[in-house]
Amino acid sequence: MADEALFLLLHNEMVTGVYKSADQGEVENGRCITKLENMGFRVGQGLIERFTKDTARFKDELDIMKFICKDFWTTVFKKQIDNLRTNHQGIYVLQDNKFRLLTQMSAGKQYLDHAPKYLAFTCGLIRGGLSNLGIKSIVTAEVSAMPACKFQVMIQKM
Amino acid sequence: MSRPGNRRPECHKINRDLFVLTYGALVAQLCKDYEKDEDVNNYLDKMGYGIGIRLVEDFLARSCVKKCHSYSEIADLIAQVAFKMYLGITPSVTRNESSRNEFSLILDKNPLVEFVEELPAGRSSLCYCNLLCGVIRGALEMIHLTADVTFLQDRLKGDKVTEIGITFLKKLEEKKCRRKK
Repeated sequence: MADEALFLLLHNEMVTGVYKSADQGEVENGRCITKLENMGFRVGQGLIERFTKDTARFKDELDIMKFICKDFWTTVFKKQIDNLRTNHQGIYVLQDNKFRLLTQMSAGKQYLDHAPKYLAFTCGLIRGGLSNLGIKSIVTAEVSAMPACKFQVMIQKM
Repeated sequence: MSRPGNRRPECHKINRDLFVLTYGALVAQLCKDYEKDEDVNNYLDKMGYGIGIRLVEDFLARSCVKKCHSYSEIADLIAQVAFKMYLGITPSVTRNESSRNEFSLILDKNPLVEFVEELPAGRSSLCYCNLLCGVIRGALEMIHLTADVTFLQDRLKGDKVTEIGITFLKKLEEKKCRRKK
């Protein structure tokens, strides 16, 4: 769908924009990532509401994570999460071998240090989605070789 | 008995929602960062420009449009093909009688403002959809046409419709035909 191009370009412009305005104001790197993550959080909250309007109730945490990996990821990024691992104690690792937002950037180690900027929004997206499903979490991402990346979700017991 | 899960019939809608919600989050963040409305508008326009210069390639690759020979053909193309492809709407095109270079796109339905009820207090001159102006301007520039694109009317500001005005600034270069002498 043509919409994908629009979202990809908007996302890239957002990342560039946030960092450009940071240069002028001498803000640390961490704050830019936080800004992007917070934007993703809000979007994730809204998106999950519209998405799960008609779906059945989730049985447990694992069910919710599977939903994120399959349906949510497919709708947003046109593919499923390739690998989901958990230690059954609240930590989940979602592995995407060909992450949509990184495929256009590089296919290996080039630009590796720029990759985290482009993952912050998606981390927020996951965190926001989980938050509106009743799960409080911390989501981080790591990349060792583009375009594969791993999202680590740490469920916080309230 | 549980209903079989819907096989994502609203896939396209969700994708559009993703874009619309992301745009909303962006504008909200900009309103926090910048106090003046003009700053936000300029920022959105610049961002739109950056998107437009890249989007035009995607557009040309996806649509097999033939070469245009007049400004009105271009305006029609933007309204009927590009807008339809990316936002799912078809604005109507009107032409300014007095000038051959001025056109308006009248948007009946604007998906970008689907979740916006009204502009926040104290932000009355915010052009919420200014990104669109930048996108059109950037896209046209990549095909060697300079244009001035602004919002003439905005439903969020109380007007009846949303109107984007496109004013082409330079003459379209005439196709140089190679003639065998």
